[in-house]
Amino acid sequence: MNGFDWSAARDALPLVLEGFEVTLLATVLGTLVAAVLGLAIAIAGRAPSRFVTVPVRVVMEFIRSTPLLVQLVGAAALFTFVEPLTIGIVVLGIHYSTYTSEVYRAGIDGVPKGQWEACRALSLSPRRTWQAVILPQAVRNVLPALGNYAISMFKETPFLAVITVQEMVFEARKYGADHFAYTEAFTLAGLVFLVASYPTSLLMRKLEKRLGH
Amino acid sequence: MATEPLPLQKTAAAAAVDIAPVPATSQTGRPLVRFDNVVKRYGDHVVLDGLDFSVRRGENVTLIGPSGSGKTTILRLLMTLEKVSDGVIWVDGDPLSHTRAPDGSLRPATEKHLRKARKKIGMVFQQFNLFPHMKVLQNITEAPVSVLGMGRDEAETRARELLDLVGLSGKTDAHPSQLSGGQQQRVAIARALAMQPEILLLDEVTSALDPELVAGVLELLSDIARNTDITMLCVTHEMNFARDVSETVLMFDAGRVIESGSPEKIFTDPAHERTREFLTAVL
Amino acid sequence: MSDFFSAFFDDLPQLRSGLWVTLQATVLGALLALLLSFVLGLMSVSRLLVLRGVSRVVVEFFRGTSLYIQLFWLHYAMPPLTGYELTPLLCGVVAFGLNYGAYGSEVVRGAVNSVPRAQYEAAVALNMTPLRRMRKVILPQAWVQMIPSFTNLLIQLLKCTPLLWLISAADLMTVIQQLRDRTGETLTAYMTLLVTYFVLAYALTLLMNLLERSAKRRLGLQTGAGSLLRGRSAAEAVASTAGGAR
Repeated sequence: MNGFDWSAARDALPLVLEGFEVTLLATVLGTLVAAVLGLAIAIAGRAPSRFVTVPVRVVMEFIRSTPLLVQLVGAAALFTFVEPLTIGIVVLGIHYSTYTSEVYRAGIDGVPKGQWEACRALSLSPRRTWQAVILPQAVRNVLPALGNYAISMFKETPFLAVITVQEMVFEARKYGADHFAYTEAFTLAGLVFLVASYPTSLLMRKLEKRLGH
Repeated sequence: MATEPLPLQKTAAAAAVDIAPVPATSQTGRPLVRFDNVVKRYGDHVVLDGLDFSVRRGENVTLIGPSGSGKTTILRLLMTLEKVSDGVIWVDGDPLSHTRAPDGSLRPATEKHLRKARKKIGMVFQQFNLFPHMKVLQNITEAPVSVLGMGRDEAETRARELLDLVGLSGKTDAHPSQLSGGQQQRVAIARALAMQPEILLLDEVTSALDPELVAGVLELLSDIARNTDITMLCVTHEMNFARDVSETVLMFDAGRVIESGSPEKIFTDPAHERTREFLTAVL
Repeated sequence: MSDFFSAFFDDLPQLRSGLWVTLQATVLGALLALLLSFVLGLMSVSRLLVLRGVSRVVVEFFRGTSLYIQLFWLHYAMPPLTGYELTPLLCGVVAFGLNYGAYGSEVVRGAVNSVPRAQYEAAVALNMTPLRRMRKVILPQAWVQMIPSFTNLLIQLLKCTPLLWLISAADLMTVIQQLRDRTGETLTAYMTLLVTYFVLAYALTLLMNLLERSAKRRLGLQTGAGSLLRGRSAAEAVASTAGGAR
């Protein structure tokens, strides 16, 4: 039993921050994938044919109801030829797209029916209908929700350490093992999470209020 | 649902149920309720502006006036749902809005004091505010059992008597959501009476009801007013009710009483120009 | 593929004990989370600034630091720092309970605040004590609103239980990993694990929907049988737009 070793924490800091860059990269790219893919899924879910909508719904429900960690480890074991960071970003993105697609869906459902009817009355093509009328109205309200999912994803990026992505927790764990200083390394990593996520979540709450949720 | 006339035989029952035992000495002496220079502000907005009035025991008072004149605020202050900004409210010679310190000075009321002071007062709300998760009978028995410490059997017997009085004896096991607005308001009246209040506050109790249900509820309240010694303070837009039930009408405007008197006096020969205008507008 | 399933049936006792560990972590973690949700949530609607402040700090701390870190901290950092060591399963239960308790307290707070003020006023007019107002009037009504959000959190918690593998708790994931290593059937092994989790998630959702239905019936609200079978998707989208309940 020993106390908290401040010098070990100071030593670990540069390594942890280096890992933090990878963490941020994974979060930003993962969110991007989730935002784009989620939108595509939401639009596919509105397809006129049941042969599209039903399989989409089943696959989404399956991915959403099963653990991210298993998906990550499974994908890494199957696609050994792909770089772990890429796998991590893609799997994070796909997993979270099952949430973001629901957010888009709610946003699209929130566009009044009259808007669709007006498009039809003007004989706009489906493409123009989505692009020029529906999406601009639907997307405005989903920003805070997307932001909240980005924060959630940020806090789940440590899962990437399991598939050997050298993000913050990976570095912290390595330092902890090498110097037998788990306490300092994990405490530090936890604090970095807190310092980064708390102000962001405050920002999202403010954004939500401004958009009148 | 059709109209809900109050069955006539129930009127007689109202006299039989002893709702609030009144001490023998009550008819004389100090007023039961007294507002002493009461001010109520919300931020910069002054709702009540140095209000003075008093109510005798057993007196039925109707508060009338344009909306926003502070009528409902008076009832909410009496029910201690709001705090006075200044001034003192007295009930039966004791301060309601304040606690009397050992040295005789008045301090802002504590929760303990409020709990004691509220015992004498009951309230019926515009939106009924029944507890949706309790059946009708439990809505009425909950407080007598948990607040007054009444036995469950006794509370249920009394609740059934009260439901009989309000003409809903068949509805003991219904959920509030299964009742019409008029029926819910009758349950709310029974719930308030079950606490044996000396003062009953009625806050626009018919405003949320469909027009055809209003008459039944008003008739019930008239019965209670006639056959019990409860002191009633009503805020209402039903001028006929004000005329039939109350001994005194208080006309409010801009947070003050601008005129008071018997219903005949106010309705036939109002002294104040604002009263005349108001009555012309609503009658 | 036949290799995997013959190994699978040979290892049934291990699988059963792995499943048992996963279920224990889920249920005990959820119970601890439920308890903390109410303690922290009720503190956050208290009139006392101190209680509100303490609740705020605790909630933000456990929401803000990642669950993964909390679990690892309990497993690796706590023993050298304090001299106390928890079993891996207990580490999981405590970490899941703390993390999801923090999220759950926001659910409790939101539901309590959503009960109309008129209900509180009616309880005051009947001269109930503050404790009784909460217990008899506010909470029974808030409870119904909490259940859908609690269902989402419960499924999230279930989905985090494979983390136990990382602290060698011999959970379901650990056992399946061992099967995969022995048979080399990667795809089958992970699909089996995912399907098992999917079934567990659906069973829990069904149970929670039953709970919700009985709670609604107590409020005198009518519910059709269809509500039992609906998924969580719609509720989840609402929860996320309502301020990231996750």
